[in-house]
Amino acid sequence: MCGIVGLFIKNQALESQLGALVAPMLSEMTERGPDSAGIAVYRNPQENGCKITVLAQHQDFDWGALEAAISNHFSLRDITVTRNHAVLSLDSEIDDVQVWMRDNWSDLSITSAGTNIEIFKGKGNPAEFIDQFDIKSMTGTHALGHTRMATESAITTEHSHPFSTGQDLCLVHNGSLSNHNRLRETLRKKGVHFKTDNDSEVAAGYLSWRLSEGDDLDQALNHAIEDLDGFYTFAIGTRDGFAVMRDPIGCKPAIMAETDDWAAMSSEYRAIATLPGAENARIWEPEPTQIYSWKRS
Amino acid sequence: MTEINLEKSTIRELNEALQAGSSGDKFSVNNTVGKHALSVGLTTKVDVEINGHVGYYCAGMNQQANIIINGNAGPGLAENMMSGQVRVTGNASQYAAATAHGGLLVIEGDSSSRCGISMKGVNIVVGGNIGHMSAFMAQSGCLVVCGDAGDALGDSIYEAKIYVRGKVKSLGTDCIEKEMRDEHKKELQQLLSQSKMSHGVEEFRRYGSARKLYNFDIDQVDDY
Repeated sequence: MCGIVGLFIKNQALESQLGALVAPMLSEMTERGPDSAGIAVYRNPQENGCKITVLAQHQDFDWGALEAAISNHFSLRDITVTRNHAVLSLDSEIDDVQVWMRDNWSDLSITSAGTNIEIFKGKGNPAEFIDQFDIKSMTGTHALGHTRMATESAITTEHSHPFSTGQDLCLVHNGSLSNHNRLRETLRKKGVHFKTDNDSEVAAGYLSWRLSEGDDLDQALNHAIEDLDGFYTFAIGTRDGFAVMRDPIGCKPAIMAETDDWAAMSSEYRAIATLPGAENARIWEPEPTQIYSWKRS
Repeated sequence: MTEINLEKSTIRELNEALQAGSSGDKFSVNNTVGKHALSVGLTTKVDVEINGHVGYYCAGMNQQANIIINGNAGPGLAENMMSGQVRVTGNASQYAAATAHGGLLVIEGDSSSRCGISMKGVNIVVGGNIGHMSAFMAQSGCLVVCGDAGDALGDSIYEAKIYVRGKVKSLGTDCIEKEMRDEHKKELQQLLSQSKMSHGVEEFRRYGSARKLYNFDIDQVDDY
């Protein structure tokens, strides 16, 4: 079991309340996933630049040293540290920054890369996570969240969702994949990097690989139906919105809702019920293998 | 009428109050916000009106009670119902009335996958469409669908009867279309009237077991 929530703001006046709206949704999914929690938030777009989120293995990481080193190599716009995460905004080529980070800072992992996306995640109860990362004060256009009940692999921050699947893309997953070991080996040979033995990371890696092969998101997801064996409800965050897809059996729950102000998805209605106007929202259950997506026009 | 507000009462308090009700007692339940296991394990003829959407396992194991949900229901609605009536004005999620032995479940909207899975005597009337794998291994009772049915309808079905007004995407293994005889028309008419659906029985087709999958065949006794 796991819990998924997604919120896409349609009424721009609500963008300042994104975190305040999504935090109760995430909190409501605690029983589905008390082991760890995570969120991808899309905000503060970096025009003509890039943004990466990095995760340190220890809380006492020396961020000052990183700031000094990165400033010597790249044009750093800003660094914002929250506990063991830091969001770096730069004037540089994102690929160069990522390669440099991997070569020189092996004790840091990059949780997200793009212009808008920031990913934060942590082990422990979702309520603690929400407080520690001050989720309620976050502003932005849309967010995806996940609460994890581990079934396939260990409980660590790195095993937590969301997983990055490419620039401004991320994945959260409820379910379990049965062919992830074989698929991970196949993808490794194709040059995809994995940090953990987590099955959902394989799904994220798979989508990254399909996208790098030239698929658009819909094509990549349709290929995933063929190649991934197991149960899944996926929510995929994109720069402009998010998409939702369930496996052909449709075992794992998902519910979607929309009003004039927002569009939302969750594992259960009770998370959506926390949103203003939920009682009068258009509500439906996504059909298996059908891709549902929202985009900012 | 006793009103129970779930903003103030816990789910356990709700279920204890409903279970302690006497025949003829009336309850209304408000502020449900998708909570799980509401109005479960009732054994007397109480009337319960639930206002709002409900989560997993609403009206589970119902006996005798008449439960109306003014909203949508999550997975496992009226699971293992024994008798009584459950009505949902909106849609119901997966495996509604799974393994249910008796009573009537009316879903005015759509019901998603696995509706009536392993049903054992319940009658289910769905105003809209139903999802894939509905009436899987259904043993007895009736599933009436006023809209369309999804893939693999009635897979591995035993002696339950399925009536569908719209299209059937595909039939499951050992499920076939069957003749609509007078006794079936009568049965269907009764279920439609009981559930307040206005369609004519002539608009429906009947599906059931070809009886090739589960029947013991004396000629094959040596195979065992």
